[in-house]
Amino acid sequence: MTPRSRLHVPHPPARPGQDPDFSYVRISPAGTVIRPDVTASARDMENLSLEMVRVLGEDHRAVGPWNPHLEPEELQVGLRHMLLTRLFDDRMQKIQRQGRISFYIKSTGEEAVAVAAGMALQPTDMLFPSYRQQGLQVVRGRNLVDLMCQCLSNTHDMCKGRQMPIMYHWGSGNIFTISGNLATQFPQAVGWAMAAAIKGEDRIAASWLGEGSSAEADFHYAMTFAAVYQAPVILNLVNNQWAISTFQGFAGGEHQTFAQRGPGYGIPGIRVDGNDFLAVYAVTQWAAQRARHSGGPTLIELVTYRAGAHSTSDDPSKYRPKEEWRAWPLGDPITRLKQHLIALGEWSEERHTRLEKELEAHVSASWKEAESHGTLTSGPTLDPLTMFEDVFREMPPNLKAQQQELRELREAQGETRSTEPAPSAAGKR
Amino acid sequence: MARMNMVQALNSAMDVMLERDPRVVILGEDVGYFGGVFRATDGLQRKHGEHRVLDTPIAEGGIIATAIGMGVNGLKPVAEIQFADYIYPGYDQVVSELARLRYRSAGDFAAPVTIRTPCGGGIRGGQTHSQSPEAVFTHVCGVKVVMPSNPYDAKGLLIASIEGEDPVVFFEPKRLYNGPFDGDPHKPAVPWSAHPRGEVPEGHYTVPLGRAEVVRPGKHVSVLTYGTMVHVAEAAVRATGIDAEIVDVRTMAPLDVDTLCTSVCKTGRCVVVHEATRFSGYGAELVATVQEHCFWNLEAPVLRVAGWDTPYPHAFEWDYFPGQARIAAALKQVTEAA
Repeated sequence: MTPRSRLHVPHPPARPGQDPDFSYVRISPAGTVIRPDVTASARDMENLSLEMVRVLGEDHRAVGPWNPHLEPEELQVGLRHMLLTRLFDDRMQKIQRQGRISFYIKSTGEEAVAVAAGMALQPTDMLFPSYRQQGLQVVRGRNLVDLMCQCLSNTHDMCKGRQMPIMYHWGSGNIFTISGNLATQFPQAVGWAMAAAIKGEDRIAASWLGEGSSAEADFHYAMTFAAVYQAPVILNLVNNQWAISTFQGFAGGEHQTFAQRGPGYGIPGIRVDGNDFLAVYAVTQWAAQRARHSGGPTLIELVTYRAGAHSTSDDPSKYRPKEEWRAWPLGDPITRLKQHLIALGEWSEERHTRLEKELEAHVSASWKEAESHGTLTSGPTLDPLTMFEDVFREMPPNLKAQQQELRELREAQGETRSTEPAPSAAGKR
Repeated sequence: MARMNMVQALNSAMDVMLERDPRVVILGEDVGYFGGVFRATDGLQRKHGEHRVLDTPIAEGGIIATAIGMGVNGLKPVAEIQFADYIYPGYDQVVSELARLRYRSAGDFAAPVTIRTPCGGGIRGGQTHSQSPEAVFTHVCGVKVVMPSNPYDAKGLLIASIEGEDPVVFFEPKRLYNGPFDGDPHKPAVPWSAHPRGEVPEGHYTVPLGRAEVVRPGKHVSVLTYGTMVHVAEAAVRATGIDAEIVDVRTMAPLDVDTLCTSVCKTGRCVVVHEATRFSGYGAELVATVQEHCFWNLEAPVLRVAGWDTPYPHAFEWDYFPGQARIAAALKQVTEAA
C-alpha cells in the first residue's frame, strides 16, 4: 500500500441530538492531590498538571491538603458574590433580548473561576481579565450601576460610548480594560508584573483567557516571558470546553491537558476543578504566595463548562447537545458551595431564597438607576464631540479640525433640521 | 557639543533618560549585555543595571505586550524591535492595544511606550531588512510616528518621545546611522562629523514631535520628505541646480500641516519623496493634504517619488531605491510644467 498522510480532524464527543459524553474529562477524587510547598521546584510538581485539585467531596465536605479552611462568613460572601454575578448576568441577558442593550456575555456556570480567585488575591493586585470574569468586578465591590451604564453606552458610561457592552475597566479597582482581541491581556499582565518586580513592590498580576484563545501567540509570549524573568504573575486558563462552536480539542486539548503546557515552560501547571469554589480559592492563594515570594509564575487550568451561549449573538443548540450542561460532571459552582455551607450548618434553603430575593431587588434597583442616565434609544445621550478625546493625551490639530467639522455639521442640522450635510471644513486652513 | 553619529545620539538619548527618570526601562532583542546589533544601547546595561536594560526573548509581540504592561504599571518602556521588518508579529499589540488603551478606557489607562526600530534600505538587506512600514502605523489612530534624518534630531526627538505620555513608533533610517547617505552607493561614505547636524549636545534637550523643518529654503518647488531621502533629495537638488525648498517631515503623525503647506503655497510646486513603496504609501497622505490646502496655489501636478511597488529586491537594490536620478527627473518635470 502506498503510504499517505491523513489529517486528524478533532470531533467533540457529542453533537445536537446525541447524548452528552464527558468521559474525556479526567477527574481526581476530592482531597487526593498533594499540595506542594509554595517554594517547591516546578520540576517536582508536574503531577499537578495531570490530576485535578478538588476540595469539595461528594458529601459536600471540604477535604484534603488544599482545603483553604475559610471561615463560614467568607464562604457566605463568596456565595453572595457568585449569586449576584449570576443574577446580574441573567438580567442583562434578558435586557439584551428586549433590545435595550446591543450585546451581552454571561459567565453562567463559571462564577467560581472569577469570584474565588478574586477573593484569594489582594485588592492591590492587578487583574487582566478576559470578557467572562465579571465576577472580579463584583468581588472588588463595583457598583452594578457602573457596569450597566457601560452596557447602555449612556451618559454615565465609563467608556464614554466608545465600546460595546461588557468591555469594562476600573483603574482605581485595579482591573484592566477588557480587550475584544483575545489573549492580548496575557503578556500585558506579565509586563505589568515585571514592572512590579523592577520597582520592588509586592503586588502581583493575574490574568485570564479561555482555552480557545490559548492558541494565540500571545499565550506563548506570556508563558515565555513569565518563565524567563520569573515574573510575579498568575496565568489563568479557563477551560470551559467551548470556544463559540469549537470544542477544546481545536485548541489542542485532546491529547494533553492545558495545564501540562506549564511544565513545558518550566512553570508550575495546576489543573483545578473550576466549579469548586474552595479549590479555585486554594490554588490561587498558593500561586499568589509563590509569586509574592519571588517564586515566579503559575499556570492554572480551571476546568469548567460554559453553561450558556458564547454571547447573545450565539446559538449553541446548533453545535452541541441542548442539555449538555446538565451532564457536566463537575456540577454547578453555586449549588456546590451552597450545599457545602448547608452541610456545615451555616446556610439553609430559606436563607438562600431570601438572599436571592434581596440580590434580585438590588439588580432591579441598579437597572432602574442605570436607565435614568439614558439608554441607547431614549433619555440623555453623550455628546458625540467627545469621541475625539483620549485618542492622545493632548488633542492634535487634525482631530481638533475634525471635531470642529462635526460641531458645525451638527449645529447646521440642529438649526435647520436639514438632511443636507453642512459644507465640509476640510479645505480650511 | 559633541560629534555624534546617529547611533551615538540615540544611545545618548537613552542614557540621559535612564539617568534622569527611574521609570525608563529599555527592552529588546540583544539590547542588554551585547548593546544591540547596531550598538544603539551599547554600555547602557553595564551602566544602569540589568533591571533597567533587559535582553528579551525573540518575540516582538511579547516585547511590545510586556512593554505595554510595564507602561500601565508606571514605567516608561523603550522597546527596540531589531528591524522594522520584524515588527509585524507585534502589530496587533500596537494597533488593538497600545494605540487604543487611553481611548477605550476613556483615559483610565494608558501606556507611554516608545518603540524604536531601524528601517529603510541601502544596506544590502533584501526584503527582510530594508522595509519602511511607516504608513501602516500612521493609519493607526492613537500612535505617534516619527522618523529623524540626522543625529541632532534623533536624540531630541527620542527624548521627547520618551518624555511624552503617548505611544510612539520611532523609525530610525539605518542607512543614516553612520553618515548622511546621499543615495550614491559608489561614493565613499561620509561621516556625520562633517555634517552640522552631527553636532549634538551631550545633555538633555528635546526636539518637539509634530513639527516639520525646512532644511533647505528655496523658491521653485517644495520637496516633502523624511529620513534617508532628505539627504538624497538635497543631493538631487544640488545636482539639478533647481532652487527647491526641502521640508523634513520628521513626525508623520501628527503631521505639521502648516509648515508643509506654507512651503507648497509659496513655491506652487511639490514633489513628495519616500523610500517606502508608492501605492497607499505615506506620500499619498501628503499629496492629499497638499491638494486640500494648496490647490489654488499649485502650478503643476504633485508628483511622488517612492520605492517601486514590489518587495525590496536584494540584488537590484540600486534600481529599486528612489535615488537622485528619479528625484531629479521629478523636480524637472514639475518645474518645467507650464
